[in-house]
Amino acid sequence: MNIDIKILNEPLNIQSCIDWVMGPECGGIDVFIGTVRNATKGKTVVQLEFEAYEAMALLEMKKIAEDVLQKWPVQKILIHHRTGVLNIGEVPVVIAVAAAHRSAAFEACRYTIDTLKQSVPIWKKEVFEDGEVWVAAHP
Amino acid sequence: MKVNILAFGIVKDIFSKSIIEVDVTDTATVAILKTQLEEKYPRLKQLSSYMVAVNNEYAWQEQLIDTRDEIAIIPPVSGG
Repeated sequence: MNIDIKILNEPLNIQSCIDWVMGPECGGIDVFIGTVRNATKGKTVVQLEFEAYEAMALLEMKKIAEDVLQKWPVQKILIHHRTGVLNIGEVPVVIAVAAAHRSAAFEACRYTIDTLKQSVPIWKKEVFEDGEVWVAAHP
Repeated sequence: MKVNILAFGIVKDIFSKSIIEVDVTDTATVAILKTQLEEKYPRLKQLSSYMVAVNNEYAWQEQLIDTRDEIAIIPPVSGG
């Protein structure tokens, strides 16, 4: 199995993700780690809340992974996304890609996070001192 | 026919519920459903955009919907 897609309601284990994609034929692993930033447009963020349409999100992430395997010589790809309330510095998403050579790993990893952000039905809400906003909902 | 619509993110706030039931014609399309929903929930029109998913796949405007379908309103996504 060369695709690992999960949605979890608990802290992600970055080392396990790396360990999973690692393999003897792998010459490079690219890992993207999303983290919760403490501010948006100069305003202090208290926490983020992530919600997923789980069944569909898993399918869409799987489509991205399958797409990656078609486009690049990648050996393994992992996408783990967390839901629930996350504090500053916590990790909502880990993407890990292993390939024989680094070029494919870099490109595939970037493509994965870029595409996830466009098509996967997961939403984040920014919580401020004085209110909360669903990111990108309004122009 | 009655269809159930799942709501996520800001749409849950707009509908005040995570599932609503809507009555549509037997030959309703996604476009017709959207028009009906926007009449009842005008705040939908203020969103940057939104998609409709039927049975976990993004749907197109002229797609027919059925009472047994799992239909969801997908506001602008912001995962990752």
